[in-house]
Amino acid sequence: MLADKDRIFTNLYGQNDWRLEAARKRGDWANTADILAKGRDVIIAEMKASGLRGRGGAGFPTGLKWSFMPKQSDGRPHYLVINGDESEPGTCKDREVMRHEPHKLIESALIASFAMGAHASYIYIRGEFCREAERLQAAIDEAYAAGLLGKNAAGSGWDFDFRIHRGAGAYICGEETALLESLEGKKGQPRMKPPFPAGVGLYGCPTTVNNVESIAVTSTIMRRGAAWFAGLGRPNNAGSKLMAISGHVNTPCVFEEELGVPLKDIIEKHGGGVRGGWDNLLAVIPGGCSVPLLPKSVCETVLMDYDSLRAERSGLGTACMIVMDKSTDIIKAIARFSKFFKHESCGQCTPCREGTGWMMRMMDRMVQGRADIEEIDLLEQVTRQVEGHTICALGDAAAWPIQGLIRHFRPEMEERIRQYKAAYGSTGLVQVPAGGVPAAVE
Amino acid sequence: MSTAWTPAEQPDSFVFDSASEAEIAGVLSKYPEERKASAVMPLLYIAQRQMGRVTGSAWVPVVAMDVIAQRLGMAAMRVYEVASFYTMFNTRPIGRYHLQVCTTTPCWLRGSDDVVEACQKATGIQHFGETSADGLFTMTEVECLGACANAPILQVDDDFYEDMNAERTAQVIAELRAGRRPTPGPMIDRNVSAPEGGRKTLLSSSTADQE
Repeated sequence: MLADKDRIFTNLYGQNDWRLEAARKRGDWANTADILAKGRDVIIAEMKASGLRGRGGAGFPTGLKWSFMPKQSDGRPHYLVINGDESEPGTCKDREVMRHEPHKLIESALIASFAMGAHASYIYIRGEFCREAERLQAAIDEAYAAGLLGKNAAGSGWDFDFRIHRGAGAYICGEETALLESLEGKKGQPRMKPPFPAGVGLYGCPTTVNNVESIAVTSTIMRRGAAWFAGLGRPNNAGSKLMAISGHVNTPCVFEEELGVPLKDIIEKHGGGVRGGWDNLLAVIPGGCSVPLLPKSVCETVLMDYDSLRAERSGLGTACMIVMDKSTDIIKAIARFSKFFKHESCGQCTPCREGTGWMMRMMDRMVQGRADIEEIDLLEQVTRQVEGHTICALGDAAAWPIQGLIRHFRPEMEERIRQYKAAYGSTGLVQVPAGGVPAAVE
Repeated sequence: MSTAWTPAEQPDSFVFDSASEAEIAGVLSKYPEERKASAVMPLLYIAQRQMGRVTGSAWVPVVAMDVIAQRLGMAAMRVYEVASFYTMFNTRPIGRYHLQVCTTTPCWLRGSDDVVEACQKATGIQHFGETSADGLFTMTEVECLGACANAPILQVDDDFYEDMNAERTAQVIAELRAGRRPTPGPMIDRNVSAPEGGRKTLLSSSTADQE
């Protein structure tokens, strides 16, 4: 478990002031020019050595990503784009950074941009986070007034502009190339890769897109050193991470915790335990709705980090877990995600545009039990036909929760179908009683 | 993807007022001159807010989109595409207060059905997307609002009301009806997203309250 002295986000709950003066007391903006004086290569090497992996869900090594940016500009400007589109159901961590630690984010953006040769950075904040964007804008204004942004930012000799772009309610804009499209003033529809953004990104210029948290930890890593960060967590799963617990726990919350801590301990400590006690646990979705759920048996022992959850055929994702107790209709819980993905599909690729609709409609019938047992396999097959056949990962994300459900809760799905058949009968065809579709059979 | 593109009674003209023009100048300075199409979403927001200010219903009529297209040197169709793709641009008139209930799983697990029901009861609205007979409220179902540790959430215009239940929903709506806006944030005794009953971390002297 993480000790207070090792926490990066020391004002996570806004218990102290977010403004510049208070942020300086917490150590932000202390010796920014000295950090930049180390040079690009040293900063990138330090980030690589820290073992930081992308905090937005994919877990790609951050330092390595930065090193993909061209060393010399060919005349095109470079851009750092920060992904604050936080829309993955269950995820609510970057919001706390933007509203309570804005200066940590702005300072880190300067360091990261310098390391990538970027004089300008945009942060894309989801439209619903209106107040968070206002708070961050106020912090940006403070930073400009204090000479920390703009020409010769923070006395470093590097010119740097930091600007906010607000989204307007589209989950898909959290995908990096859709985000760039949106930032260019278009519909948020993902681009084919390659070319990768590091070559052709925003306005056709070299661009790196990073999650808010991945950027915000940079200043602290540069101050305390890669060895300190790498010393937290487990090998290949280094550092601390913002996490959240929602759903059926006694005290849902956001918190910072070391990677590699047992999931059960996290639920007990931060979540105050499962509602009705640990034995009342049904399942946990460990990192936003795109990752497959874990049944209680796995939750007993699994560690909360990238590789441990991967080994259980799930994933760390955003590390914001959704806990469900035994009162949950697990089929309905997952069916709601299918509706979510149907709603959020951008409509560009046929397998996703059509497949998310098929999956949603089949899942709706599974909730009622209005299906045949064999259709569970058909549903599984549909998920396989969507997965991997789309430009971006939304198709995969729509498929995985259903695959997880079938993998771990197939008996419940079959039982639901049997109950429906017992109540309404069946001759091999799905019977819809006159008078419309009945509610789910209890 | 927002699919509804229902024709609504459209005004004949739209002109940005001086308050909006001041905002537009600030927005345009953020993007390179030859990339000013980037400003399409901010300008749609500005148009929507102006409509809210002037008419009491925050929505974007087609003429406003045409004005934006002209201003940014874009084809009008490109602006329509953007306005219809993103769910937060209202392409039809809405009520004075926009009740946006999150019903995605994390909120649903904590009782968003009760919040929806309380909204219906307090406003007389039957279905999502409807506006109440008095024109005060529009209720919309929204997807995850990104504040799941404070579920369930009711978003009223730009403010999040957190840790809701039926009773608190009714209270918030009653206040709005009386012309007052309750303080947004958690509706229970809790500091932002810290655990109810007090935070369990950041307790050592160096990180605790400095005030």
